[in-house]
Amino acid sequence: MSASLATVSYIGAIILFILSLGGLSNPESSRRGNLYGMIGMALAVLATVFGPRVSMAGIPWIIGAMLVGGSVGLYAARKVQMTQMPELVALMHSMVGLAACLVGFANYIDPMAALNLSSAEKGIHEIEIYLGILIGAVTFSGSLIAFGKLAGKIGGKPLLLPGRHFMNLVGLLVVIAFGWQFLQAETISAGMFALTVMTVIALLFGIHMVMAIGGADMPVVVSMLNSYSGWAAAATGFMLNNDLLIVTGALVGSSGAILSYIMCRAMNRNFISVIAGGFGSGAGKPAKKADGDAQPAGEVIPVTAAETAELLREAKNVIIVPGYGMAVAQAQHTVNEITQFLREKGVNVRFGIHPVAGRMPGHMNVLLAEARVPYDIVMEMDELNADFPDTDVAIVIGANDIVNPAAQDDPTSPIAGMPVLEVWKAKTSIMMKRSMATGYAGVENPLFYKENNRMLFGDAKKMLEEVLTALKA
Amino acid sequence: MQIGIPAETSAGEKRVATVPEVVEKLIKLGFKVAVESGAGEGANCSDDTYRAAGAEIIVGTPKLWAESDIVFKVTVPTSAEVELMREGGVLIGFIWPAQNPELMQQFAAKKVTVLAIDCLPRMLSRAQKMDALTSQAGVAGYRAVIEAANAFGRFFNGQITAAGKVPPAKVFIAGAGVAGLAAIGTAAGLGAIVRANDTRAEVADQVKSLGGEFVKVEYEEEGGGGGGYAKVMSEGFQQAQREMYAKQAKEVDIIITTALIPGKPAPRLITAEMVKSMKPGSVIVDMAAERGGNCELTEPGQAVVKHGVTIVGYTDLNSRLAKQSSTLYATNLFRLTEELCKTKDGIINVNMEDDAIRGLTVVKNGEITWPAPAPKLPPAAAKPAAKSVAAPAAHGHGGGGAPASATKTAVMFGVAALLFLLIGAYAPAAFLGHFTVFVLACFVGYMVVWNVTPALHTPLMSVTNAISSIIAIGALVQIAPPLGLGFDRPEEWIRWLAVVAIALTAVNMFGGFAVTRRMLSMFRK
Repeated sequence: MSASLATVSYIGAIILFILSLGGLSNPESSRRGNLYGMIGMALAVLATVFGPRVSMAGIPWIIGAMLVGGSVGLYAARKVQMTQMPELVALMHSMVGLAACLVGFANYIDPMAALNLSSAEKGIHEIEIYLGILIGAVTFSGSLIAFGKLAGKIGGKPLLLPGRHFMNLVGLLVVIAFGWQFLQAETISAGMFALTVMTVIALLFGIHMVMAIGGADMPVVVSMLNSYSGWAAAATGFMLNNDLLIVTGALVGSSGAILSYIMCRAMNRNFISVIAGGFGSGAGKPAKKADGDAQPAGEVIPVTAAETAELLREAKNVIIVPGYGMAVAQAQHTVNEITQFLREKGVNVRFGIHPVAGRMPGHMNVLLAEARVPYDIVMEMDELNADFPDTDVAIVIGANDIVNPAAQDDPTSPIAGMPVLEVWKAKTSIMMKRSMATGYAGVENPLFYKENNRMLFGDAKKMLEEVLTALKA
Repeated sequence: MQIGIPAETSAGEKRVATVPEVVEKLIKLGFKVAVESGAGEGANCSDDTYRAAGAEIIVGTPKLWAESDIVFKVTVPTSAEVELMREGGVLIGFIWPAQNPELMQQFAAKKVTVLAIDCLPRMLSRAQKMDALTSQAGVAGYRAVIEAANAFGRFFNGQITAAGKVPPAKVFIAGAGVAGLAAIGTAAGLGAIVRANDTRAEVADQVKSLGGEFVKVEYEEEGGGGGGYAKVMSEGFQQAQREMYAKQAKEVDIIITTALIPGKPAPRLITAEMVKSMKPGSVIVDMAAERGGNCELTEPGQAVVKHGVTIVGYTDLNSRLAKQSSTLYATNLFRLTEELCKTKDGIINVNMEDDAIRGLTVVKNGEITWPAPAPKLPPAAAKPAAKSVAAPAAHGHGGGGAPASATKTAVMFGVAALLFLLIGAYAPAAFLGHFTVFVLACFVGYMVVWNVTPALHTPLMSVTNAISSIIAIGALVQIAPPLGLGFDRPEEWIRWLAVVAIALTAVNMFGGFAVTRRMLSMFRK
């Protein structure tokens, strides 16, 4: 295959990737979008393998590596539980980050790469290598930590070291200083030292950055890391003078950034403050103490599953608000069975999805889709928030902060101003929770004490199964 | 002006165009009212009651027609009746201009003005008070249930008595127009279990509101033909509909059919086979008998028993409830008269600027003005299309947002310009080529992703993640480049680094696409 033919194939792949992302914005066209992505990727890889820049000697190595990696990937994709999707995605981001690092190092030690470059071009090339490895390393370690947090291997509470912003600043200065040294380095081995130090700092920075972010902000972090993995690919593209990598990396990077921005806006948070971290305890605790006196005096009224079933049976309009608790308890199938039962009885059942419910953007939608809940009854917050006053029963399954009235009523609350689902406006709201504990934001929820609220304590799945049995009885 | 009420001449017609209660109101509007002797007999309105209300009783049809400026009628006039009209006179009643072209010519020749109550633009909400089609259909629907109850050998409501348990009657109503809805309400009121079907999906809620259960045809097609009427459906739909009817026929005791399509013969919904499959003693009331019938075995105007099923094909359901039909019709015409005579001085003004009156007027002073230009399309018809367009926009995040403030935009442009200036001043040409591509790609990514549905955030992320494994290309070109010169190249190192990178990205590539595929296959409507 000639160089021109390979370039044309790259253009084709780019177009397919754009179509793929475009297709993913709508459920009807999404399957085709995914297919475009696969074709584009196959095209790009084949064009490279059979292109002028890979000799026959490399083919067995490539096939071997692809086989190993591909089978691991397919196995993971098949085995993963839908509730574990966020972990899997985070883990995969880390692989892209690591790959970007490795490619950067390989490129640096390859004397051929910098052949025929003028000194200015060589400088640029080295900056590209340096940046590529930097972003790759941050993505790698950050994603690993995100994976650990999402999988519950690392605690969800933000880790706030004293003077963390100062530490980050020092890290940045060191990275810049070594970058200067790296550019001045005469030989590869001399530059290698600077590069290694920078990589270690970048890895530490990635760890520190994600450790400092609270569990409630995880959706933003996951999509932000997604964006980083794109930028890492783009930086590698600059390094290798490969437009396909640049374009694709930029596509992924900008789309991830937008997704993060959308998430932040949904939480009424500033993007910078999410990245800076610390949300959920540092700011939360003092505020909680301050408004402790103003805590609405009221009684928590617990109900049983049978009473819940009774309420549902008499309802005409029901809105279900799922949260992370539903995912943890794997209760989505039971929820669907209850939904179907009620719908057959003529009850208007809908789902209200908060944009940041769960631990990943769109997490709840995926779980409900897995349980085969029709997506036309799954609504966004804005679509049905106005309907709560006409709703007989609103069931909150394992969600807390996203239904907290304090976000609207209490300007001192750390979540003040965050848009929430107004379940308390329904005639009756039922909160399914394991305990009275606070949510990820660590904020007390006055909803528990509202007069029209009932608490159904217990594991979401177990309680919903009891409700279903009581409904069918 | 004098309003004349002739006796209806068509066989079996018992209705009359006005009743004594309404006569009083017409007189208050400044009109004189003359009623032909015996006109109200069938509707239990004697000459005396008319006289008591202030009307003049005229003996002899020709005299009444000759003396009246305005004539109110119920049924379509015969050509003999039209001959009796005075030149420049006004006739108000059912005309059906599409079915009676000769009659229209005759009106034109007589230089009269004719208001066809059947041509009322029904979608105008202020026209509803004049809507005689609705009022008459409602009466007919009620009567259809009464006829069914009369022919049916059991109670409608379920009872548990000392003499045993009585199951409730099951009634199926085909067509949920005005007549169908009236029938649903009446049958449900009598205690029957009522099911109904209509090709127009939007009436399902109306059916439910009257206590009926809406039976859907399992086939996707919208049956609204504009103006609140039904249209002819596709073959596939009709097939599915037949299956549904066949199923209902086996289950129910009473079927009442009301399906009519404007200007077309009534659709055949109930076949002889279905009649045979019904339980003995069942009843079918075919309200479309006059237009050929919805049931294959209907004999218009009669009640017959076939295969043990009583099939009622009366075409005079309104005359069978003559007093009620007449009272409602008289009120419709009175409301129309009010519209025509806004000055209340007994003189009518056929104002062609008024949408409702323009629609009603089929002949004006001998000039045929039918059909009226279509009134503005009912908003309901435009809705489904508008919805499908609006929905994606509402789902996305962008679109409606107000543009950023001017200062913010200016600052952003300033920063961008400075950045570009720096890059342009120092970067070599080769870099700029790549940089152009990079910036444009960022913008494309932004545009493409901005409108994503929140439900798809996770699949989008996993697909972009899979796509970011494009970084494999970087590793691929390093693994074994064709060597030109004998470089001192750390072959082993590079190869192993690249192999590990390829393996890692392959995990991502295959896993990412596969998991996206798995997720997307779950999304269903």
